[in-house]
Amino acid sequence: MPDGDNRGAIANIGFVIGAEGVAVIDTGGSYCDGMGLKAAIRARTALPVTYVINTHVHPDHIFGNAAFAGEGVSFVAHRNLPRALGERGEHGLQSYAEQVGPEAMQGTKIIPPTELVTDTLRLDLGGRALVLIARPAAHTDADLTVFDEATATLWTGDLIFLDHIPVLDGSLKGWLALTAALMQQPAARIVPGHGPPSAPWPEAGEKQLRYLQRLAEDLRGAIRAGKSISEAAAVCGTGEKDGWQLFGAYNSRNALTGFAELEWD
Amino acid sequence: MRPMSQALKARSIRGLAWLLVAAALAVACGPARAQTDASEKNWPSLRETLFGTRPILDGAAMLSLEAPVRAEDAALVPVAITDLQPGRIKALTLVVDENPAPVAAVFTLSPEARVRFLETRLRVNAYSYIRAIAETEDGALYMVKRYVKASGGCSAPASKNADEALASLGELRLRQFPATDPASEEAELQLQIRHPNLTGMQMDQVTGLYRPAHFVQTIRLSADGKPLMSVEGAISLSENPSLRFKYRPGGAKALAAHVEDTEGKVFEKSWEREGKRDKDS
Repeated sequence: MPDGDNRGAIANIGFVIGAEGVAVIDTGGSYCDGMGLKAAIRARTALPVTYVINTHVHPDHIFGNAAFAGEGVSFVAHRNLPRALGERGEHGLQSYAEQVGPEAMQGTKIIPPTELVTDTLRLDLGGRALVLIARPAAHTDADLTVFDEATATLWTGDLIFLDHIPVLDGSLKGWLALTAALMQQPAARIVPGHGPPSAPWPEAGEKQLRYLQRLAEDLRGAIRAGKSISEAAAVCGTGEKDGWQLFGAYNSRNALTGFAELEWD
Repeated sequence: MRPMSQALKARSIRGLAWLLVAAALAVACGPARAQTDASEKNWPSLRETLFGTRPILDGAAMLSLEAPVRAEDAALVPVAITDLQPGRIKALTLVVDENPAPVAAVFTLSPEARVRFLETRLRVNAYSYIRAIAETEDGALYMVKRYVKASGGCSAPASKNADEALASLGELRLRQFPATDPASEEAELQLQIRHPNLTGMQMDQVTGLYRPAHFVQTIRLSADGKPLMSVEGAISLSENPSLRFKYRPGGAKALAAHVEDTEGKVFEKSWEREGKRDKDS
């Protein structure tokens, strides 16, 4: 949960260094968080940052963008990200400031993408390629994955949560299908959006898959039984509570979102 | 991860005067102060606009309002009007004080339908009172209200899957729930409307242009050609508007919905009424 102590730095963020340039993958929850990442890059290489990749619209992943804004930097995101930013950007700045405090938010602003991924995009960092794939609605409706071919590392953004309960802000059916599909994709490791900085694949997807399956099953049962959306939100998914952080903060919300989707089946 | 502040956090910065950068957009959270103290500051002017100087009585004996104390999702806040005095109320107005368009919906009820329960889903932009004002057949007004804390100050009341809502725009579904008590003369329905209900406040960050508002404006439900209920909707109704209610079907054999949006699109569908008991037909 973003707060004054963590200054909004709650997501996994990072970078990949090629022979000619650096790609940043998510920039953190504030300008200050982004500057921290920039310093970490500078400690490793003098090469310029040529790409900033935003895996999705949520503030904890993109509010550090301003730390990297400048000439020669391309901001890359899912084709739906501009629309999502339009709906949430200003709102996010406000509410995030209330959470982390105005001081931590100093310098933070919305930097929209300059290059959109419609389907697949290959970025060349000089002898090192990143493959970006725009995914269908799942965690949100603007999720992007990044695959680093050199190390077989899959950056999932918030398409995979570890430790922190998955937060549904897109499509439950889409996310279930995509979690299972990603688990079929060979990778040496993933970098999840939340949890440890890297995790073995596909094992790291199992707990999320189980939670989403349980949530969907419970919701379908509640819908069949004619339960109201409020009744369903109070109970669905709670059997998978163990082992997740912030379960109480997000499970009911996930159930509401899932109900409103599955009632159309 | 979505932003989610706690009331405590909001309280710690309550002294700051948050000038609403987005006042015009009104997608912003209210001032931090308004989020911890239940404020009625908008109500006097709203009241005057909507009802002039007509007296508004305490509605506790006429209807109840159910809404979450803390909304899990600002984009999807279930709100139910319960214990309606059946047959006595001809109109219901649902207001969210702090929303940019505070009147979420106006329901007109046919007295014969004897509606007793009604549930819908709202967008709630900031910590706000939600009110239901009932107008009786004789023109008296009764009000009940609930204070709702939108989750974490306010997660954006944004769409979840705008592509899907647009792709199947105008699809209508009617769920007819089996009666829990077979002896009851009451039936329960849910009308679902596929529509993004765009608020007109979404700015395209690349072009800097606003997407025009595009929402469900009118819903008319009828039974055997006679009006059952109508709704004047607005942008405070959630994406894919839903209307669930309990009523007395009498002997009605067919149900029909007529829906219009702000682009003048009309969506219509009719259904045979399920669960008719012998004495109905």
